[in-house]
Amino acid sequence: MSVLANRVRKGFYLDSVALMRLSQSVSSLPGVASAAMMIGTPSNLRILDEAGLLDAEGRKAGPNDLVVAVRGRSADEAKAALDGSDKLLSRPPEQAGPKGARNPRSMDAAIAALGGANLALISVPGAFAGSEARKALSRGLNVMIFSDNMPAEEERALKLFARDKGLLVMGPDCGTAMIAGVPLAFANAVPQGEIGIVAASGTGLQEVATLIARAGSGVSHGIGTGGRDLSEKVGALTTLAALDALDADPATKRIVIISKPPAAPVAKIVLERVAKSPKPHVICFLGADAFDMPKNARHAATLEEAAALASGPVPDAFDAAKIAAEWTKRLPASRRFVRGVYSGGTLCAEAQTILRKAGASFWSNAPIPGAMATKPESGHVLIDYGADEYTLGRPHPMIDPTLRDAGIVAGLDDPNVAAILVDIVIGTGANDDPAEHAANAVAAAKSRDAVVIACVTGTDLDAQNRAAQVRTLEEAGIVVAPSNAAASRLAIAIAQR
Amino acid sequence: MSGQSLLATGLRIINVGLDGFARDLSRAGIPVSHVDWAPPAKGDARLAGFLAKLDGDPAIDAANKEALARFLKAEPVLIDVVRADTVLQGLGDRTILHAGPPIEWDRMCGPLRGAIQGAIVLEGWAPDLDAAEKLAASGGIKFAPNHHYGAVGPMTGMITRSMPVLVVENRGFGNRAYCTLNEGLGKVMRFGGNDDSVLARLRWLASDLGPALAAALKLSGGLALKPIIARGLSMGDEMHQRNVACTSLFVRTMAPWLARAVPDSEKLAKILEFCGGNDQFFLNVAMAMGKSIADPVKGVAHSTLVTAMCRNGTDFGIRVAATGDRWYVAPVEQPRGLYFPGYTEADANPDIGDSAIVETIGLGGFAMAASPAVAGFVGAGSASEALDITRSMVDISAGRNPDWTIPGLDFAGVPVGIDVRRVVETGIAPLINTGIAHRKPGIGQVGAGTVRAPLACFVQALEALAEGK
Repeated sequence: MSVLANRVRKGFYLDSVALMRLSQSVSSLPGVASAAMMIGTPSNLRILDEAGLLDAEGRKAGPNDLVVAVRGRSADEAKAALDGSDKLLSRPPEQAGPKGARNPRSMDAAIAALGGANLALISVPGAFAGSEARKALSRGLNVMIFSDNMPAEEERALKLFARDKGLLVMGPDCGTAMIAGVPLAFANAVPQGEIGIVAASGTGLQEVATLIARAGSGVSHGIGTGGRDLSEKVGALTTLAALDALDADPATKRIVIISKPPAAPVAKIVLERVAKSPKPHVICFLGADAFDMPKNARHAATLEEAAALASGPVPDAFDAAKIAAEWTKRLPASRRFVRGVYSGGTLCAEAQTILRKAGASFWSNAPIPGAMATKPESGHVLIDYGADEYTLGRPHPMIDPTLRDAGIVAGLDDPNVAAILVDIVIGTGANDDPAEHAANAVAAAKSRDAVVIACVTGTDLDAQNRAAQVRTLEEAGIVVAPSNAAASRLAIAIAQR
Repeated sequence: MSGQSLLATGLRIINVGLDGFARDLSRAGIPVSHVDWAPPAKGDARLAGFLAKLDGDPAIDAANKEALARFLKAEPVLIDVVRADTVLQGLGDRTILHAGPPIEWDRMCGPLRGAIQGAIVLEGWAPDLDAAEKLAASGGIKFAPNHHYGAVGPMTGMITRSMPVLVVENRGFGNRAYCTLNEGLGKVMRFGGNDDSVLARLRWLASDLGPALAAALKLSGGLALKPIIARGLSMGDEMHQRNVACTSLFVRTMAPWLARAVPDSEKLAKILEFCGGNDQFFLNVAMAMGKSIADPVKGVAHSTLVTAMCRNGTDFGIRVAATGDRWYVAPVEQPRGLYFPGYTEADANPDIGDSAIVETIGLGGFAMAASPAVAGFVGAGSASEALDITRSMVDISAGRNPDWTIPGLDFAGVPVGIDVRRVVETGIAPLINTGIAHRKPGIGQVGAGTVRAPLACFVQALEALAEGK
């Protein structure tokens, strides 16, 4: 058995959709079989009647009245539901809608919403990056492709397509760019200046740009090309386009080029292009032997040298000899090797060039020419934790240094390790406090016998603030060198003491 | 925008992928628009290939520009109400026009069959509903979609020869489109109703209301519809689920002309009562208008924009500009919504009606942001959700209509020109506001809600367009 109860609210109007929603709420009250709330127009009264929800009370309602009709299991429950409906009507529940504006789902909608777009920053999975990049190029946008895992053929095709349209493709696998002072992806806040940088390496670009900034100069633009641009397959298409752009850019007075050593025919193309430029160049083909330079270019063996040739050295009171002497006294005799635990691949390569120059034999998972082929039982070992084998299914160590932290602990606790090299890379995209991570790792190690030497790639304009990062590291007993090259020289000097 | 000028002008960035990059940029004050990216066509490589093929095609971009311009250049004017067979070429004896894409009797849903039975009796082709059913089932009636005759009709969409139809002329192009008069609420033929009260009302529409409106419209010189829609949007109508403002504006505007056209004050009162007492009266005007606006877009070669969406209760069909009269058909979906007392989802018929022509021109679900009350039919029902529904329709549309603006979106125009490519790419199907019919014939409306156009229609169209390239 069920009990029908109606209540009429005189002179009441509420939108019918709102009433239908409230009816649903009343229907779900305990002991309610069915419920309806309707304005008492003749047609609505007919609907209520046909649904068996109208009683004598409800029949009295006019077109300006609200009928609340409830069929409950008992009279008490029906009355409780009517009271409940009164509450709902006097205080409609606040809607918990989604907060904040919805983002567009298609590139076209985003372009329409923004207006005047000129660059697409693409960081979708590699399999999709090519089609998204092509879409952006066909809409007249320059492109920066952060994504990796794009076939070289696709990269070349994209870059040729862009060349036809007079557009720039930075990447794929381009982690860093700084266009007119705007840091893109993993990049630093660097003052605007006269030096343009073209870099096939993200951390290479970061290190050179921040050293330039700390030397008191500035950067006009830092253009990333993607790690494979100077390969034979791609043929330096982006590097050449970037050199065109920087040549034409009045703000740029000098140009720095950073890359792994390119294939000989590609190097030739690039150097011929450099020779045609009216602007002086510094070229750092990191790990390459010296080679013939055009008249307007100088070769830099390291990132540090590239920055110094472009802007002068970074003023620093760093006394490497004094620190080396102190640690020579302190180190146990068994500790003779350098352990590099890097998040930046190019910084790891730069360290290897310095070890090679010092005549040391070394092994790396990201080797430069001259590295040992197999990992020695004990010896100088430089690990790039940003390499694929460490980042598969994991965030990059610049974002989450946890795995690299473990490398610091392992190095300290290894009785053969004399010096541990750590790169702290800050700026956009990077971890909020990588120095704190390194400091905690040092504290977590059982042994404090080895020296931990860090470089901090960044500026005081970065959100993490370089000075604050240095303070954190030094408070943890970590030696902070002014550059990765300086850190590497100190490390191998201590190890070879 | 060349690489060189990229260095010389301030960056304005489209971020596709990791949202952290967009956050960093906007924190640094750089103008950035973040795309909530998902694999195109939900990761279907074959469709992604078609999309890539159709995406950079300059012929398509130019065609869609032209198609969009045609949507925007429309000047719809309601000019007349006439007997259907005087304007619908070939609509003769024993022919019944229905909503949606083509369908045979055997596959028709309950309400459509119910409405057909009623229409047969109305036209005198059978003495009663049972005889009408036998006649229809035995192949004695020719069935055809309204769209094949330049017309549209809500829900079951019945048009037979003697019914009065609204005539909307698109003065931007000179074409005309037609729709029946709205029968009001309750038991009505558009929801499959077919009893004596339904037929009596239809006869009155033909004998009294139609001629009166025709006379009034002639006296007034016709009713320009674009401005009425613009006002309606600012008053909370989206012209599909909610037409209360436009109906009021219509009655207010036409009342003096009706008074001049209908000297008998009792007859006039009944007409005003009928129109003014039916919040959905204007829906059929909006539909004829929609058809008149979309028709000139049909046949724009290479254009991937949708020119019609409609349902017959069994199938959902769309047409695409480049392929003219061809239908892309898939099973209709079940509307989700709220129900009148005594009814539940179990009673609901699948989606039906030509009314999705209003979504095709940027109203209805596309204008949800103008009509927070209608958003009550969807999800949490909040006004902010209504804004997001319109924003999501922007994602699949070629442009916006600056003449029809939405106050809640800072007076941005409604999205218009559904691009088949964008629908397949994003997986966002057009959202349609709709009434819900009882699945059995003769009962009528049981609720209202929203429904999505089936993605399969757009996938088929994309395949056809890609094959044509």
